[in-house]
Amino acid sequence: MPDQDALKAQLIAAFPGARVEVTDLTGTRDHFQALVVASQFRGRSRVEQHKMVYAALGDLMRGPIHALALTTHAPDNSPEGPP
Amino acid sequence: MSDELRSRIEGLIGKHKVMLFMKGTKHFPACGFSNAVVEILKKERVDFDTFNILSDPEIRQGLKEYSNWPTYPQLYVDGKFVGGCDIVTEMHQSGELARELSAAKSPLNPAEPRRGQE
Repeated sequence: MPDQDALKAQLIAAFPGARVEVTDLTGTRDHFQALVVASQFRGRSRVEQHKMVYAALGDLMRGPIHALALTTHAPDNSPEGPP
Repeated sequence: MSDELRSRIEGLIGKHKVMLFMKGTKHFPACGFSNAVVEILKKERVDFDTFNILSDPEIRQGLKEYSNWPTYPQLYVDGKFVGGCDIVTEMHQSGELARELSAAKSPLNPAEPRRGQE
């Protein structure tokens, strides 16, 4: 099972230049929390952004990682809302 | 994925305007993330239905492939995938979810298009 540093490295490799923070919530290497702030997310919906992260983690999402609380956004984006 | 499974999945997603696929049931959620979304939908005061993916391994695996989303819960509104627990929570806090749900409830936006008979 991955540790939080391995996950962080994998995400940074997938999103070069991104700000990535990963926390192992339980100390058991299967429940994580991650923040990914990446310019690659610009123009993508949140569902698409999360799918990009899941794709970057590949097989880790199909077993080893039981739960991943995820926050994603593009750098400096203002909150979406009515004009 | 077999056509049969796909049409079963589409039938379940279309069963209700606000359909939550979760671990456990509305009354007995079996996972904290599923429970969180149930509680949000209750706060939004919206009528919703749930499907317990723990009761059906075929749907549990098939829906992940169908939506290309690896985890549960999964929320669908008007047949459209809205998100998992994190996205639904963010949308609830920002007010976006309330807008999405009220659009789904509006009679101006019927969930079921008329079937062409001619």
